[in-house]
Amino acid sequence: MLLIEELGVEVGGKPILKNVNMHIPEGETHVLFGPNGSGKTSLMMTLMGFSGYQVTHGKITFKGEDITHLPIHERARMGIGISFQRPPTIHGLKTRDMVRMCSGDRPVDIEAMAAQVNFSQFLDRDVNHNFSGGEIKRSELLQLMAQSPDLVLLDEPESGVDLESIVMLGDTINTLLKRGIKRPVLRPHREIFQDRSKSALVITHTGHILDYITSDKGQVLYNGVMCCSRNAREILKWIREYGYEECVRCTL
Amino acid sequence: MHPVDNTHVTRLNGYESDARQHDYVDDLSRIDASDADQFLNVGVDTHETIRAGSFIQKDRSVIHCKTCQPGVEIMGISQASQTHDWLKNYIWKNIEPDKDEFTMRVQEMPHEGYFIRSLPGAKVSQPVQACLYIAKENFSQHVHNIVIVEEDSELHIITGCATAPHLVSGLHVGVSEFYVKKGGKLIFTMIHDWGEKVNVRPRTVTRVAEGGVIVSNYISLKPVGSLQMYPTTYLEGRGAVGRYNSILVAAAGTHMDVGSRIILEAPETRAEIISRAITTGGTIIARGDLVGKVAGIKAHLECKGLILNNGLMQAIPELSGYVPGVEMSHEAAVGKIDKREIEYLMARGLDEESAVSTIVRGFLNVDIEGLPPTLKQRLDQAIAETQKDMM
Repeated sequence: MLLIEELGVEVGGKPILKNVNMHIPEGETHVLFGPNGSGKTSLMMTLMGFSGYQVTHGKITFKGEDITHLPIHERARMGIGISFQRPPTIHGLKTRDMVRMCSGDRPVDIEAMAAQVNFSQFLDRDVNHNFSGGEIKRSELLQLMAQSPDLVLLDEPESGVDLESIVMLGDTINTLLKRGIKRPVLRPHREIFQDRSKSALVITHTGHILDYITSDKGQVLYNGVMCCSRNAREILKWIREYGYEECVRCTL
Repeated sequence: MHPVDNTHVTRLNGYESDARQHDYVDDLSRIDASDADQFLNVGVDTHETIRAGSFIQKDRSVIHCKTCQPGVEIMGISQASQTHDWLKNYIWKNIEPDKDEFTMRVQEMPHEGYFIRSLPGAKVSQPVQACLYIAKENFSQHVHNIVIVEEDSELHIITGCATAPHLVSGLHVGVSEFYVKKGGKLIFTMIHDWGEKVNVRPRTVTRVAEGGVIVSNYISLKPVGSLQMYPTTYLEGRGAVGRYNSILVAAAGTHMDVGSRIILEAPETRAEIISRAITTGGTIIARGDLVGKVAGIKAHLECKGLILNNGLMQAIPELSGYVPGVEMSHEAAVGKIDKREIEYLMARGLDEESAVSTIVRGFLNVDIEGLPPTLKQRLDQAIAETQKDMM
């Protein structure tokens, strides 16, 4: 699904990512750990193609196609979706209309989707206008549900969310990634499993989200270099116990 | 107040102040097709089914005037003066004829104008439509309008001003005197669609009595040579409310100097001025002036401008408080579209052009009270078309 090879990225002339390699196969969810300022968010912004993130080296391949220099909307249309940490307010644009735009030409039931993330009463508010941290998260997920991307980029989905909402948030992400076990109870797991074509890259700082979503692999980004790759929970335990330094030593 | 530059109208005597008399049209649907198109653009419903009445003036002739609902009077100003002797107590009472060279022209060479009055207690459910139209090349149209909202009555007016499609040059001067009496409510929406070299000088003064409300919406999306207006509203009675919204788009060659002034001179009065302006190469001076004269008044001014392409955007908000205990604020911002907003929408699959137009549409999307759905649709459509010109 996604292949990153020897990626080097500069922001404002300063190298942020030095040599990043990553492979997310179809249907897999990968978790990206790393301390503040390690380049996690920059990596996501680069994958989406935002201005200000200058690729100086390497290549990004999505669904077999080189997307390193594609404009943002073409990547979105190919099936990459991102949830923003601090999205801008768009005055005069109702959340309902935003969700409709996300769906492109697909018919979607906006009301039902909004109810699912407990966001119905926000549909007639301007996008992100005076939204709290948790409301932004729900708004972003609602947009992603409408967009239904094949690769989901989630930047710290649990930050600023209260304990009550995090369960709902986890459920929603699982639904988005077709990893939910709640909904299609009549279908055997094997069938659901085979249907699983959605991939995800999830940034987490605290690791709390791992209690609510399942992951296939964890990786650590440290100082712009990818330095560990193994079971996500195992990494998390090591980081909790010994800090990021130990993870780095692990690869040396 | 910052000075007004009126140099755009340099040769007042170069205009023709007479035009031939146009025939009266009984049935609006039988109006000239090219004229009818222009009327539609400024909100005139030629079927008149959802209107309380119509007034249409072409050059200096009232070509159509009809009342469709009880509780409202619609006439040309000269007929109204003959009908109501008391009208003299309203004409030139809000505005001095010698206020400036434009008001003087209206006094010296009057060309009709409308008289619209809602009777005491009448709630006129549908809007009255009025259209002032210039068809004659280089004509200088001078109208005098009077609106009276009697006690506890409610009146909606949609005024469209336009020129014939082929017309190049012209001058429109409109003196408007509005009176909202105790407990009355006036929703006044004005849509302008002038020609590229037409100069426009409306002069409007409104007086609002106790518990009265004026909501004024002004929309100008099409190029105009120059437009200068500064409607003034006096909130004279306790609890009177004034709300002014304007939506302005200035293409290259357009000069707009538009503002509203509200004087809050009675206790518990409230005022709000909101303006959204976009320049795509023209000049917009967006003014707002709130004057608080007694304690316990509340007033807010919001003035936002976007500069797409080049052009000049000048926001001049003014607040004057004369006593302690006034609550007045303003918010002004001028700039370009935030790149982050564009990229946010692009990440949802919109190409750059659609992202920009979505943001622009949102920017101009002020919730305007009293706009009929058909007119709102038309406005959305006009905004969408405006964006095409911007790209």
